[in-house]
Amino acid sequence: MDIKQYIESGILELYVYGLLSEAENIEVSQMAKKHREIENEIISIEKAIVNLSTSFSPFLSADNFEKIKAKLDFKYSKVIEIKPQNNWSQYVGWAAAVALLLGIGYQYTQLNNTQNQVLTAQKEKTNLQETVVGLKLKNKQTLTALTVIRDEKNAVINLSGQAVSPKSSAKIYWNKETEVVYVDAAGLPEPPKGMVYQIWSLKLLPQLTPTSIGLLSDFSANKEKIFAVEKTGDAEAFGITLEPAGGSKTPTMEQLYALGKV
Amino acid sequence: MTQEELIPLMLKKDERAFTIMYDMYSKSLFSVISNLLKETEDAEDTLQEVFVKIWKSIDGYSESKGRFYTWMLNIARNTAIDKLRSKGYNNSQKNLSADNFVHLVDDSNKLTNRIDTIGILEFVKKLKPKCIEIIELLFFQGYTQQEASDELAIPLGTVKTQNRNCINDLRTYLKV
Repeated sequence: MDIKQYIESGILELYVYGLLSEAENIEVSQMAKKHREIENEIISIEKAIVNLSTSFSPFLSADNFEKIKAKLDFKYSKVIEIKPQNNWSQYVGWAAAVALLLGIGYQYTQLNNTQNQVLTAQKEKTNLQETVVGLKLKNKQTLTALTVIRDEKNAVINLSGQAVSPKSSAKIYWNKETEVVYVDAAGLPEPPKGMVYQIWSLKLLPQLTPTSIGLLSDFSANKEKIFAVEKTGDAEAFGITLEPAGGSKTPTMEQLYALGKV
Repeated sequence: MTQEELIPLMLKKDERAFTIMYDMYSKSLFSVISNLLKETEDAEDTLQEVFVKIWKSIDGYSESKGRFYTWMLNIARNTAIDKLRSKGYNNSQKNLSADNFVHLVDDSNKLTNRIDTIGILEFVKKLKPKCIEIIELLFFQGYTQQEASDELAIPLGTVKTQNRNCINDLRTYLKV
């Protein structure tokens, strides 16, 4: 058969395209084995058509490659010839692996224990800090109370219980120079929910004139029961009434808990 | 690496061989698949399916059946055509002469960044329209000689030789 004519017939292109019958395929591949020229021609045709089609490929995202690889079963991830090894080195390898594994296990337990200890210590520290802050606050309140009571410039006015609550009592510490007023409400019962004690400075003459100088808000939270209220310069008496939360414009006289003259 | 070197490694299920094979042929097969299936998603699904098939049936390939590339090309075309049928694509659509592999480029500006791509695109524009049609039908769509002869209204005997002349022009350009 004339090799050149065979090549020129165009059968090799169809061979590369995959359009020949099974019998024709076998014939061409046998021809290619026999004749280097045909083999080379086939390779060139293939290069040309692979190049052409590759050039016309739309964008192919790398995701596709990863998705395909995820579905395949690779036996070797690298081309490494595996040579038989002698038993001795194999056992040493296994022994080392086991030792390493045990070591890692031990270290892991140790690490866990240590981490737990750190956590416990941190919790304790937080608790202590909370206690310290609470104590500091309490101390400050106590100091304030002491300072107020000890101040010699303060006039102390005893307020005695009235009809609605005869057992109640209170003290007013009033500094006439600075006009600062403190109320010691330790002798008053807890106000009912939604109610609040209101402090009044009273002028008795020419007629009884009450002026509100503040509310004892947060009554239960203030452990020392020493409250600072607004200043007053010209009080002749002080009174304490129980009023709805937020206070009232004029005292509710039926709810007068304590009263005392300067 | 040549196909002759690649195949034994692929038979050993070597991952590196797969990567090389994919690099060498994925775009070529993707253009064939994309030319048949216009939807990118379908084309990508099919490409994945094709490479999984290639990998799993590599044992069934033998050199006496033809080139390894040809074997892969047939899997790609057949899988894409099956997909085409299952999806009920309009078959008449793919035969329009204006709608051939050259449109793959017009469709997408995201074209591969191969340096020689621009050159080959320019070259293909100069290629005879008959050549584009014949390569489209035979290579990209896998038409038989008879089908191509009917479609292009040329004598059966000249399909092979005309195609050869077109490939020769391409080879002259590519120097292969």
